[in-house]
Amino acid sequence: MSIWSYANPRKFLDTTAPWVPWLMWLSAAVLAVGLVWGFFFTPEAERFGSSVKIIYLHVPSALMAINAWLMMLVASLIWLIRRHHVSALAARAAAPVGMVMTLIALITGAIWGQPMWGTWWAWDPRLTSFLILFLFYLGYIALWTAIPDPDSAADLTSVLCLVGSVFAILSRYAVNFWNQGLHQGASLSLDKQENVADVFWVPLLVCMAGFVLLFLALVLLRTGTEIRARRIAALRARARRVEPVRA
Amino acid sequence: MMDLGKYAAEVISAWGISLAALAGLVWWSVRRDRKVRAELERTERDHG
Repeated sequence: MSIWSYANPRKFLDTTAPWVPWLMWLSAAVLAVGLVWGFFFTPEAERFGSSVKIIYLHVPSALMAINAWLMMLVASLIWLIRRHHVSALAARAAAPVGMVMTLIALITGAIWGQPMWGTWWAWDPRLTSFLILFLFYLGYIALWTAIPDPDSAADLTSVLCLVGSVFAILSRYAVNFWNQGLHQGASLSLDKQENVADVFWVPLLVCMAGFVLLFLALVLLRTGTEIRARRIAALRARARRVEPVRA
Repeated sequence: MMDLGKYAAEVISAWGISLAALAGLVWWSVRRDRKVRAELERTERDHG
């Protein structure tokens, strides 16, 4: 069966709806394990003291902030090329989730930065690109609500998504590109020498898995909501067209 | 209660804000989904 068969809204709903509660509970369970492990059963770091515990929320939320936008980029490209409504609605559904993830990354970063760097905020390449990404999320959500015609809204938000992708990629690689500023390099690396110690790394991986599952669950749930909201609008529009004829 | 040392305020506020934001996001998404499902049922009954 082709993947494009899921572009049919009915087929998408029938397939995904039974998965959503399971994914919700699974994400809650994995997050609970990772967060309890990280908070209660990991030691303090030599340089950072107990503030290292912020990593279990900061790193996964930053990861999802960037990847949510990249998922929106793929969905937007599918809309622009193949005109599948479900993909445009999936991008719309993911935006508030990505926006909240970006906000969590910014706030936890600022709270951690105050005692470590002596400032809540610095115009550092990674921090600045993350702030711009957050503003892109706000603009994207506002654009969807500002345009009444759903196809025009999908077109314009898709173009905005393409432009914002530059900042999503910059947020990830800003430290490598400029090699300056306060923010350190990636906390996770395939190179074991550069990685954080295993005692922090394993619960962090569990938290990241929990965030990925939560993102999936929320995007599927919210895409279903958007499809149903679109159906309500279509039924009402049809009723408005039919009623004058009956009268 | 575990001792978080001199960074207790930072750790607790970061965790509190993050967990509240995540819980709020889930609550808002589930609530909107229920509202839209109920509205769709009503609309299908009236116009479907």
